[in-house]
Amino acid sequence: MLALGTIRAQKLKSFFSLIGAFIGVMFLIAVVSIVKGMDKYVQEDFAAKIFGINTFTVNRRPGVQFGNPGDATRRAWRRRPQLYEDDFHAIRAALPSDYLVAIESSNQAEGVVGTKHSAYIQVSGVSEDLFKIRDYRIADGRIFTPEEINHSANVVVIGTDVADSFFTGEDPVGRTIRIAGFPYTVIGVVEKQGNVFGFSLDRFAIAPYTSEIKKVVNPHKVVDGIIVKAQSDAMMKAAMDRVEGLMRSRHHLRPQEDDDFHLDTQEDVLSFWAKISKVLYTALPLLVGVSLVVGGIVIMNIMLMAVAERTREIGVRKSLGARRRDILAQFLVEAATLSTTGAALGILAGLGLARLVKAVSPLPMGVSPLSIVLGIALGIGVGVIAGVYPASRAAKLDPVAALRFE
Amino acid sequence: MSEPVIRTVGLTRDYPMGGETVRALRGVDLEIQPNEYVAIMGPSGSGKSTLMNLIGCLDTPTSGQYWLAGTEVSRMTDDELARVRNRQIGFVFQTFNLLPRATALHNVELPLVYAGLPARERRRQAEQALASVGLGDRMEHRPAELSGGQRQRVAIARALVTEPSIILADEPTGNLDSTTSEEIMKILEELHRTRGQTIVMVTHEADIARHAERVVTLHDGVVSSDRLKAA
Repeated sequence: MLALGTIRAQKLKSFFSLIGAFIGVMFLIAVVSIVKGMDKYVQEDFAAKIFGINTFTVNRRPGVQFGNPGDATRRAWRRRPQLYEDDFHAIRAALPSDYLVAIESSNQAEGVVGTKHSAYIQVSGVSEDLFKIRDYRIADGRIFTPEEINHSANVVVIGTDVADSFFTGEDPVGRTIRIAGFPYTVIGVVEKQGNVFGFSLDRFAIAPYTSEIKKVVNPHKVVDGIIVKAQSDAMMKAAMDRVEGLMRSRHHLRPQEDDDFHLDTQEDVLSFWAKISKVLYTALPLLVGVSLVVGGIVIMNIMLMAVAERTREIGVRKSLGARRRDILAQFLVEAATLSTTGAALGILAGLGLARLVKAVSPLPMGVSPLSIVLGIALGIGVGVIAGVYPASRAAKLDPVAALRFE
Repeated sequence: MSEPVIRTVGLTRDYPMGGETVRALRGVDLEIQPNEYVAIMGPSGSGKSTLMNLIGCLDTPTSGQYWLAGTEVSRMTDDELARVRNRQIGFVFQTFNLLPRATALHNVELPLVYAGLPARERRRQAEQALASVGLGDRMEHRPAELSGGQRQRVAIARALVTEPSIILADEPTGNLDSTTSEEIMKILEELHRTRGQTIVMVTHEADIARHAERVVTLHDGVVSSDRLKAA
């Protein structure tokens, strides 16, 4: 239609008219794509990898926090009692055998093999259920046995990054690695876990909690956390109640006192993320709205200019029989075409931006068809609303005066 | 006796100007029969432009009545007037007033667009109109690619395309040289002769007025003379 011809002829003006709709819709698409991708990632990959399904951890303090807890809270946490190996034994005894229960205490330590060394390996002292709980499958060798735990054997199971950097090209099983100065025999290598937000999950060495590693990870008999895995969500919740009661009584807490320990689940991560995405989704309409309003105002002003410039043309059209509504429709369509074109370009740019973010960061991207439809609808809507005033001015022009206009 | 195509009784038009009222027309009584070729003359300020705007239904009178092809149009609404302009009146302007970004064909189609005709029918009628003014081979050209005379011919084709009751030409040769002016006047004469088209032409040039059969002269907002050309 003639609308596109007009736009092509006045490229600079058209460019400025497009800008508002373009920017607004671009942000809409980009942010929605990124957040949606994150949603998927957090729910499917991240939470499961860090916490596991139907799993909770007994900790001294919360593992995941939103915002700054404040000095007073942190002091209160420092006063809390430690978790001990005895707590682990008590929990294990209290739960039926279809639950998995494990100790996990971790620290960073230096690993040395011959002349190679690395200052930062994640070392952990664990009980044997940990492998099943974390779904650590063995790629080579084996995991340690309950007997090895009972005999405090200094054996270690390593992750693929440790195997690759220290034992390049060779089979690590049977070899020796010194951790924090003490030698351990490698008995197994865990399958590659991948990474999360760019951090490798395969840079670890796991030993029985009774071995020499206990001196590296914690003071005597103290444990960092006790992990419990259930067969279903309902069973997990039942166990959480049971364990909470058990720990409260072991810590001699009175009914009105709060827990002096914490039970972490992947719920914590999910609700943490839910809070963040809620903030993003709240800020987003604001950002988009501002761009669209600004864009609409620009379109309105440019159309007012266009109407003034084409006063004569409007007079001619009226002399040929155009009614008010014909002129109104003509200019509304021009305004809507401008803003919809801006929106369409914004959609492309938004998708491009999301793709760019995906390429340079570990953040994933998920396209939301709804946001694309919304983008187009906003494009049309802004154009029509912005165009109403100029179009009605055009429609109301007196043909005699308009024809005399130079 | 056949009905006049234009009949005005006591047509007046006042304009508020500053604090006062200017009377551009002070009661014009005029009758034009079908198939007449009338020139309206008068010095500037005589009210001929105002009369043309009223005859062309671009404006409504302050008082008086105007019947166009038997219908009273003096009190019509904007939309009704637009319809009358579309169906009954074909304008030809001094400055052509073609849409610069549209082809000759689309320019001629425009009144049919506003009449609501479907595309194929529009195109057919527009092509016919352009052929009748000798521009059948220039349909896809834009105004910038046409000479002054050709542009005015496109304008005439546009004026004809809805088969109006009257063609209203306002200084149709004002922007043309003398040769091209003759060309255009010949086309108007031919339209008058072969199609029985009623033509009302406003001009201040006696040479151009000569082409018409009847000259109505305005002075100070009233008709001062109304003479048939000597045969």
